[in-house]
Parts: sequence; structure tokens; C-alpha cells
Amino acid sequence: MSEKIWSERQTATWKTKVGLAEMLKGGVIMDVTTAEQASIAEEAGAAAVMALERVPADIRAHGGVARMSDPKIIKEIQSAVSIPVMAKCRIGHFVEAQILEALEIDFIDESEVLTPADDHFHVNKQQFKTPFVCGCRDLGEALRRIGEGAAMIRTKGEAGTGNIIEAVRHMRSVLDGIRRLSSAPEEELMTEAKNLGAPFELVVEVARAGKLPVPNFSAGGVATPADAALMRQLGAESVFVGSGVFKSANPRKRAKAIVEAVTYYNDAAKLAEISMDLGEPMTGIEMSEIDGEQRMAVRGW
Amino acid sequence: MNTIGVLGLQGDFAKHHAMLSRLGVKAELVVTPEQIGRIDGLVIPGGESTTIGKLMAGYGLLEPLKARIAGGMAVFGTCAGMILLARRIQGSVQIRIGAMDIEVNRNAYGRQISSFEADIPVSFIREPARGVFIRAPIITDTGREVSVLGEFEGRPVLVRQGKLLASSFHPELTEDGRIHEYFLAMVDR
Repeated sequence: MSEKIWSERQTATWKTKVGLAEMLKGGVIMDVTTAEQASIAEEAGAAAVMALERVPADIRAHGGVARMSDPKIIKEIQSAVSIPVMAKCRIGHFVEAQILEALEIDFIDESEVLTPADDHFHVNKQQFKTPFVCGCRDLGEALRRIGEGAAMIRTKGEAGTGNIIEAVRHMRSVLDGIRRLSSAPEEELMTEAKNLGAPFELVVEVARAGKLPVPNFSAGGVATPADAALMRQLGAESVFVGSGVFKSANPRKRAKAIVEAVTYYNDAAKLAEISMDLGEPMTGIEMSEIDGEQRMAVRGW
Repeated sequence: MNTIGVLGLQGDFAKHHAMLSRLGVKAELVVTPEQIGRIDGLVIPGGESTTIGKLMAGYGLLEPLKARIAGGMAVFGTCAGMILLARRIQGSVQIRIGAMDIEVNRNAYGRQISSFEADIPVSFIREPARGVFIRAPIITDTGREVSVLGEFEGRPVLVRQGKLLASSFHPELTEDGRIHEYFLAMVDR
């Protein structure tokens, strides 16, 4: 192999970054904390796993500062499965991101689930060869993250609650924003960009295409196959499941059921079959029980 | 008019569907065994081959598809789709269609950080095709009935055996429809 070809292939282009996000469509990305859980997720048909020290429900219960996972755990999970492995860095913590890239993580989630490292700025994701996924609550936030280089967007929901209401709110908000731009006359787009706090070029692109320039997934609060199918029907192209699998009574069964629900999201008869006899789901939290300070979704600027 | 199925269980099926529609053919996302019975050709997209294989077997698509392939239906597999078509997968016992006499090594080009693009000379077109390789599999061996239509660094990346076509890379992620057109000609014949 020549030097030239080697250096050429070291540059992950935008196409390969977004391309990997395309490959994950119609799939489920599951949070796992051990190699054993990663194997269970892969066995159930997960399209990727998110390597974590604690699932969001435990981060919530544990309190304190939540950081990037121990590289040892990440490496163990990488060697346990053949599917892509993602991991989270704190918002704005570009050194954690550098470490994750050095570990050859397939996708970095700059995530509100961890304690932010910077309360003004996110990571400049353009500088990395590894693709990034970021959370959003509305179209403006989505486009700011894409402007910074995110190759995939996920609506945030409220992680670790097992309550789907915030995921629904955020997905509706993003899609509503897109519909609004699609029908806006050209001369209004600059003011729309100002109001959204989003890059003008991306606002124009979304207005013309009627969709985000990167895949749009959903996260935060999925606990049942019906939750996953709901997000798919609302417009999510894939679903992240955090605490919903391994905080339930029967992770193997539930994981497989959620994978199937994401594929057959439009077939109510199949969903009924899939939802049968899964054991107890994770215990959910009502939103009013979470103080403003404890809400993860508000992290992101 | 032929109907070309795109296996829609998981992966980048939407990109293949868009490409086929742009080429003016009737494309349909396939998720049930009944659909396997009425299509004229099938594209198996990229994605996670383990996930797609499990869903195919779990929802009864695997055996009908094997039967259609035995009956001469044309199938095009990209990346994960190629893995599912391969008879031999190094170090894996995963579910597969196994109709093509090739051996593959999954993710052999490395993890995502080693994903890359390169120009691929292809036997049936004059200008090379742009190959987008994403955590791509390497074809490590081909049987006697397999012809190599495209190579990268001395390894086959586009191969054909009878009515089966497979690529390590993703033509559906580009604007270039020439490889899909070649597949559509295989369906017609």
C-alpha cells in the first residue's frame, strides 16, 4: 500500500461520517455498561451500543459529576461486539473527545447526560475524524450542532426517566420547525435564522430540502416497544434506548422486542405480539418530580 | 414494469430506494415474506449484518428469499448486504443467505476512523466509480464462478456470480447510478 492511499484513507470525509449514521437507520442503539450487556444487546439485534459506566437512571440516582467512561470499560465493550461502539463525552470537553477518538470509538455522543464541562461552547466537531451525534430540543439547537460538525442529531428527551413525554415534545418541536421553514418565503429565512439562532446556510438548506441534512434519531425516555414505535411514527429514523433495557425485569426479551418494534413500527398487529409478556419495564419518573436543575435536556447552548 | 425490492428491515434502505426511484424504476421497501414472493429483484442495503440477519430469520424472510435466489432472482448486496450473501464469513456463525461463493472478513478495513473514499475502476464503465467504504468488509476469497468487476488495492470490492451482485462499498451514498443501472440490466435479462 502506498503512502498516499494511507493518508487518503485517514481522512474520514463528511460522506463517510453521515454514511455511518445512514447505516444505523431503522436500528436501535443501546446503552451498555459491561461487555456482557454489550453481548446481550448485540444478540438482541442492536445496530450499535453506547459504552457507559452508568446508565442515565443511575447517573440521576448517583448524583455528583458524570464524566466520560473509563477507557478500560470502553475497550472491553469494543472487544466483545462486532457492531459499532459509541461513547459519550461531556459537552465542550474536547479532550475527552480526543481520547475517545484515540480509542477508535465509532461515534462520539457529546451528551447532556454527562455533566457539562463548558457552559458556553460545544466541541468543534469539524476537527475530528470520528463522527459526532448531539442532542437537541428544537430545530435551532439541531442546526447549531450540525453547524459545529455533528453528523447525526438525536432529540434529547429526558434521559433516565422512562417517560416518553419529553422525547415526543422535542421531536414534534424539530419537525414543526422544519415544516415552518419549508413553507416560509425566501425573504423570511434570514429572520428565521436569527430567531432560531441557527446558521443561515443551514436554514436555507432545510427550507429547500424539507428535512435535516443528517439523520434524525430519537433518545431519552424509551421504555417499551410502543414508545420506540411511537418515536418512529413521529419521524425518528432510529431510536436510542438508555436505561429502558437494562433497568427492566428482562433485558434480553425487552431488547429484542424494541429492535423488532423499530422495524415493524407501522404494523399494530405485530407490535401487539412484540409487546406481549416482556416483564416489568423500568420504573418511570413523572416530569414534575424532577427539579429544573436536575433536568438533563436543558444542558446545551 | 419490474418492481425492485429494497430490504427495509434495518440500514440505509432509504438511500437505495431514492437511487432506484431516481433511475425511474418502481421500488418497494420489503419487510414481509409475502413481498419476497412478488418482487422481480432485491437490493440488500448496508447496515448491521447481524441485525438484518436476525430480523430476516425471525420474521420468515430468509427461506423464501433463498428459494427465490435458487429460482434465479437477481439480488444486489452492498456492505452488510454482501456479508449476508457470502457463503463464508471469517470468525462468525451469524445468520446469512450464503448464496455467493465468496469469503468475507467483516470490518476488515478497520473501525469508523478508517472509513474512506476512493476511486474504483469498474470493468463495465469507463470512468471509475467513487467508492464510499464504511467499516467495510474485505472479500478474502472468491470461488471459480465469481467474476471480479472492481478492485481496490488488489482486493475485489465488486463481484458477480450469475444473478448476484455484491459490493464492499456504497454506490447508493453517491449521485452515481451506474452500478445500480448495471444491476437493473441483470434483473431484466
